[in-house]
Amino acid sequence: MADLWLWITDLGNSKIVALLLFFSTFVGILIYLFSSRSRSDRLESYRYIPFDDEDTPEQRDQDRKDRP
Amino acid sequence: MAQSSTADAARPSAPVAPSEQYNYAIVKKFAIMSLVWGVLGMGVGVYIAAQLAFPFLNFDIAQISFGRFRPVHTTLVIFGFGGNALFATSYYVVQRTCQTRLFGTRLAEFTFWGWNAAVFLGAITYMAGFTQGREYAEFTWQIDILITVVWVAYFLVYLMTLLRRTQPHIYVANWFFMAFILATAILHIFNNLAVPVSLFSLESYSLFSGVQDAMTQWWYGHNAVGFFLTAAFLGMMYYFVPKQAGRPIYSYRLSIVHFWALVFLYMWVGAHHLHWTALPDWVTTLSATFSILLLLPSWGGMINGVMTLSGAWDKLRTDPIMLFMITSLSFYGMATFEGPMMSLKSVNALSHYTDWTVGHVHSGALGWVAMITFGSLYHLIPRLWDTKLYSIRLVYVHFFLATIGIVLYIVAMWVAGIGQGLMLRAFDEFGNLSYTFIETVVFLHQPYVVRALGGGLFLAGMLLMAFNIYKTVMPVHRALKAAESRTAGGATATARA
Repeated sequence: MADLWLWITDLGNSKIVALLLFFSTFVGILIYLFSSRSRSDRLESYRYIPFDDEDTPEQRDQDRKDRP
Repeated sequence: MAQSSTADAARPSAPVAPSEQYNYAIVKKFAIMSLVWGVLGMGVGVYIAAQLAFPFLNFDIAQISFGRFRPVHTTLVIFGFGGNALFATSYYVVQRTCQTRLFGTRLAEFTFWGWNAAVFLGAITYMAGFTQGREYAEFTWQIDILITVVWVAYFLVYLMTLLRRTQPHIYVANWFFMAFILATAILHIFNNLAVPVSLFSLESYSLFSGVQDAMTQWWYGHNAVGFFLTAAFLGMMYYFVPKQAGRPIYSYRLSIVHFWALVFLYMWVGAHHLHWTALPDWVTTLSATFSILLLLPSWGGMINGVMTLSGAWDKLRTDPIMLFMITSLSFYGMATFEGPMMSLKSVNALSHYTDWTVGHVHSGALGWVAMITFGSLYHLIPRLWDTKLYSIRLVYVHFFLATIGIVLYIVAMWVAGIGQGLMLRAFDEFGNLSYTFIETVVFLHQPYVVRALGGGLFLAGMLLMAFNIYKTVMPVHRALKAAESRTAGGATATARA
């Protein structure tokens, strides 16, 4: 364990440490995003947030009229 | 719409007009000032482009010479036009996606007056000959302090609005805006660390020196592109493209990957502006490597935006605002391909110190930043004033003027830059330079004329937009004023009775 700690704290190994750290974080984000179907559904449901603020049918009609 | 239930629960029982529920007054002010600075900044840009082609336009007046007018142009378009558009859209988006009113009305007002005072003072001091000499950060130290205070206020307004949201999830556009606010604060403070000559002097010495100063400058310079001109405008894109298309963003999960990959990678790439200099070789190699990696999230974001229109491409035939947005994403894709390519040491050996760099910057600045801003403002302004655009036909004319202008600009700069680079590197059989410096200057004249013409077309489009918005807003403004005076008159009569 002490050897591993010494290896990590050796500045000569900083590039490999950084690579392992950042790459595993990135892979972790990908696993988090794509591994669970229910989580994926929940995350994808957030796509609709910009449309939640069309408050009333009149405003939605107005929005439609404004569009060319 | 999975989120409708949460939003419905958060809404007040009696319907309230958005103009009353949200703080639109501050958004309106920033949106209008964006157009004002846009016209002035692009006007100055076209003028200095003409000066490069026809130097007599200096008229031997120091205040309007290229050296002083160039930072006026960059400051007015980046911080005046772009900055005001970002304040306007970020204040609008955070309110609409959090379904809550903007925090701190007076604090938000302060950001408006403080920010625009900084831009105005910057332009005046540059023309008077005072500058820090740091690209895109030429403001003298007093203005830097004003900007810092304004930025802290902006951060507070934005953060507090997010904290009091009624929507459980923070929409991804706000992530990009928040990254932009935080990163810009760090960049601005560290790049502008300086020792003033005296308390009442506009001059100061940078805290850094030599190659470290250059490294700090370009760490700032490229991240200003990355976080101010890219991340923040992506925040704009993630809200306004779905709204204008009437369809949700193509993939929310892709937007999350886009965000984390982009904010992580951008911070490392500034040193690619200093290839073949005194900066250690490994630093520039590292920055080039990260620049190449940056292509992936950039294109991921571009595809996410473009694919939002999947299944509704016919909108491009009928909606000029959508044309602006999709074209801006296409330019974003093109500029983020060209950038990594130019960051390669071998390509950079040719392209650096030539007009290719200028062309690359403008393909991003005009094609991506300005076009997405035009599209967003055309969407936003009629909704702010609860009216319709004065003329859709003028939006079409604006679109084609802008697009043709950009193409002329970029092609002229490719010809100028690559030609210039090849001429500066050409040797004869004896190892002597094949061309004198003045021969490269003569070669540049024609591309410079075409560049000024392209810029002129882009400016003409901007003027048309200003006219279109003026005609859109003024009738509403006059009607509101008349209603106010009638109300005031009625109240006075009642009081007298």
